[in-house]
Order: sequence, then C-alpha cells, then structure tokens
Amino acid sequence: MSERTLRGKVAIAGIGETTYYKHGHSPDAEFKLALQAVLAACRDAGIDPKEVDGFASYGNDRSEAVRLAAALGIKELRFSNMHWGGGGGGVAASVANAAAAVHSGMANCVIAFRSLAQGQFARYGRGAAVPAASGDDAFLFPYGLMSPAQRFAMKITRFMTEHGIKHEALRSIAMASYHHAQTNPSAVMYGRPLTEEKYDASRWIVEPFHRLFDCCQENDGAGAVLVVPADRAKDLPHKPTYLLGTAQGGHHRSAAPVHNAPDYASAHFPTVAKNMWAMAKLGPQDVDVVQAYENFTGGVLLSLVEHGFVDPKTANEFLVLENLLAPTGKMPMNTSGGNLAECYMHGLEMVNEAVRQLRGTANNQVPDANVVAVLGGPMVTPVSSLVLGTEATL
Amino acid sequence: MSNALPPGLPAPAQEPVAKPYWEGTRTNKLMIQRCTGCGAHQWGPEWVCHRCHSFDLGWEEVAPRGRIWSWQRPHHPVHPALNGHGPYTIVLVELPEAGNVRMVGNLLCAPDAKVEIGAEVEAVFEPHDDADPPYTLVQWRAKG
Ligand SMILES: [Zn+2]
Repeated sequence: MSERTLRGKVAIAGIGETTYYKHGHSPDAEFKLALQAVLAACRDAGIDPKEVDGFASYGNDRSEAVRLAAALGIKELRFSNMHWGGGGGGVAASVANAAAAVHSGMANCVIAFRSLAQGQFARYGRGAAVPAASGDDAFLFPYGLMSPAQRFAMKITRFMTEHGIKHEALRSIAMASYHHAQTNPSAVMYGRPLTEEKYDASRWIVEPFHRLFDCCQENDGAGAVLVVPADRAKDLPHKPTYLLGTAQGGHHRSAAPVHNAPDYASAHFPTVAKNMWAMAKLGPQDVDVVQAYENFTGGVLLSLVEHGFVDPKTANEFLVLENLLAPTGKMPMNTSGGNLAECYMHGLEMVNEAVRQLRGTANNQVPDANVVAVLGGPMVTPVSSLVLGTEATL
Repeated sequence: MSNALPPGLPAPAQEPVAKPYWEGTRTNKLMIQRCTGCGAHQWGPEWVCHRCHSFDLGWEEVAPRGRIWSWQRPHHPVHPALNGHGPYTIVLVELPEAGNVRMVGNLLCAPDAKVEIGAEVEAVFEPHDDADPPYTLVQWRAKG
C-alpha cells in the first residue's frame, strides 16, 4: 500500500487578504470582506475565480460556501467544509481539509478562508447575554467564568506555576508581535509600538498571567488561501509553497466537561504536534520561522512547548525578545505581527505570512526560509497545525 | 451571608442530565455521577460512562471538600452584572475523595488574598431562593 500522506502533494498557490480594521471599523459587510479576500487569493495565483470548486473554513464562519459559490458564479461546487470548534483552533485544519479534498480528487482548486466583522456581529470577549446557562456553561457562567480568557486562564496558571515560568516570558511573546508590526504597514498596530514599561503598566484582565497586552484584539477583515495540486502550482506565477505536514484534533478527553481533561494544563497539541511532525518528516529543529497563534500569550507558551520549540525548564531564559525577532533571532516568530498586532484574523493572516516567508517577500524576511510552521489557535479543542516548505524541502 | 457575586449573572439551566446534582445542592449535598457498571466517578454530567460505556450512571453523595487545582482572578467585567464589581476569585477544585474529579466555583476570600495551588478547601452552599426556579451554587472557602 502506498504511504498515506499529504506531504508534498498540494501547494498554496495564492494568498489574499483585505484591509485589516479595528473591530467595528470595516466599511464593508462581512460577506463582502470574504469575497474580496477570495478574489485576491485567485488573482495572486493567476487563477480564474470561476475555477474555484471548493471552500473550507472554521470557527462557524458565517460566509457560507454555497453563498460564495453563487455570488462568484462558480461553475461547479465540489467541496464545502466547516471544521468544528471555536476561534482559530481550526485555522490549519481548514487548509488541511482543502488539501485533503484536492489530493483525494474530490476537488481541484479549493479556497480556505476566514471572514470576520465583529462590529456587524457579536464580540468574543464578553459572555453571551442569556437568562439561563446550559450544558457546560451551567457550571461556569454563574461563577463569572464566561470569556475565552477565563476559559483558558486556569490551565495557564497551573502550567506556569508548576514550571516556575515568569510573566516576563509572556511579555517577550507580546513584544515580538508588536515589534514586527512596526515594519508591516498592513498591521493594525503599525505605528503603535509596545515597550516593557507599557506592558507592565497595562491593566489586569485576569490575574495572575493576563494583562491587557497578553490578550488579542478583535478585528474586522478576511483572509484566504488557494490550494491546488502540487503539479499545477509549478506552472503558476509564484514560487510554490508546499504543504509538508498537518494534523488536527485533541488528546485523550481534551474536551472533558467542566475543566476535567486528564491532561489539563495543556494547549491540546500533544498528539496533534506529534502527528504533524510525523507527516512532515521534520521536527522543530528544522523550522526557520514560526507563526504561533496568539489568543493569549500563555496559550502561545503552551503551544510552543507542545510542538517542541521550547523546553519548560529553560523557558525563562529562551523566551527573550531577541530570540524571537526576524531576521536573526534563534526562533523568529509572528513575523508580520500575528494576531496581537497585525490582525486578529483567527490565524489565517499567519498562513499568508508563512507563504510570504517561503516566497521571500515578507516585510520582516528571514533569509533563506525553507520551512515555516503555523501553530493554530491553542487552548480550544480541537486544535490544528501545519508545516509548509519550499521545493528544496521535498 | 452575602453571595460571592452580584445578582444578575445567568442562572444554571438545571438540565435533565444534571438533575440529581441540582436537587442535591438544595439540601446541601454534593452529588456527582458514579457509574454503576465500573465504579468510575464522572464530572461534569454526561449520558454515558467515559470508561465502560454503561448508560447506567448512578449518583453518589461525595465529601464536600477538596484542594485547589488551579485558580484565576478576573478583573475585566465579562457580564453587565459585574460592571464596577472589581476582581473576584475562581477556583478549580479537585475532589480526592471522588476519583479526583474537578469542580469550578468561586473562592470566598478577599479580592487580593493569596491563593495557593494544593490548598485545602471546603464547599459552601449558596442558595438563590428567589430565583425561578430556585437553585443553589457550590462555592469554596479555605478549610478552617
Ligand atoms: Zn463505567
């Protein structure tokens, strides 16, 4: 039997994104933003949008595949896919699902995307206004535990306390994103640098590890990538960017009710990371640039640990700003500004940045980048991750 | 005694899968699921035993005490009822006498009290008699 893998089988041929806005500031409706990003990805790939035959998304994206297909006059829809789970846990999974559809022959040319206009719809940072809380929430909401920050905070408290990791390690993660945004004119935080003093003086969202600058903003915009068979990518305008490995899911009972996951202090990547590295036939030591989804900096720490990039024993020494910066840091990370400072596009902006790094066209280019890892939204479950590479890595 | 948090937060829906828990709290008893097939404790409530797949889940009264597994202290109000209230403490409590299941509640303490992972706590039943239907929350305080 031939090896079952996506390694080297598909490529991202095009990337697209809208202008990124502060939440509530988009002049355009959410669906219009989705259309703009999809068309931009097709234009970038040099492919007629009517050739697109599939859409994959996550986080309960409201821009439905069939509406996109109708609006764009798509000839034939062959793949429409929504990945379960909230937030950005599914960002890499949407690309992986598109890739699986393309590689299996179910479709030929699939868009993975995310569109968000949080001014038009509800925000994430506040609890839903419901008279009675049901399901898991019945055991959480009455105690004032409602927001994503609060859902993850006790995992982070437990992990950081157990391993003696200091808040300064999280500050470096936040500062790396803001640093890179200062040379990215597309970033929402362009022209708004973050200093240690500003971080330390910022208000508590949740003690003991969530100050304001540990938490993502909320934004409006859309991002999209176009996935095609590897053979086809060779004839398109850009240097091909190949999918080397990807995985999604969660470890044993990661979603056990009311904070009862056996391995509790986790970003939920232990099995996912192992499966991703196995498919890629690579490890963290082979990666030139990391894009690590920040919902909260504590989640980034756990995500980096579970993917093998950081050893908890040396986290305080390793997670210092200079190690995380392009072009010369030991582990350049979130090189376009990430969710914190480029745009909270639920990580899709990180996939775009990974492609730019491999094409050699990033604002904060890491020289000769051949392998880029995108670690999807941590702490939720399921989670997902992927590794992309240039032709040299095949 | 005043409640841990101001009025106006969502009430628990008291759904069928969790009915014995909510009934227990009204008489100051901590009831959790225990599988009659394999004896595993289970929390939160589910229709099937995660270990042996029996649907024959019983309920057992367990000792209302445990130790702090983790904690957090929110400052930012996540609900209109919390506007202006200030920081409060949420704990995840492990129940060593009930298969180490964990429960979430508020720790009754000063807003700047030091919280230690591993500290022993005991349950405090907080009735909300005026709610319709009435319910009782399970809060925690340092073991005296
Ligand atoms: Zn059982």
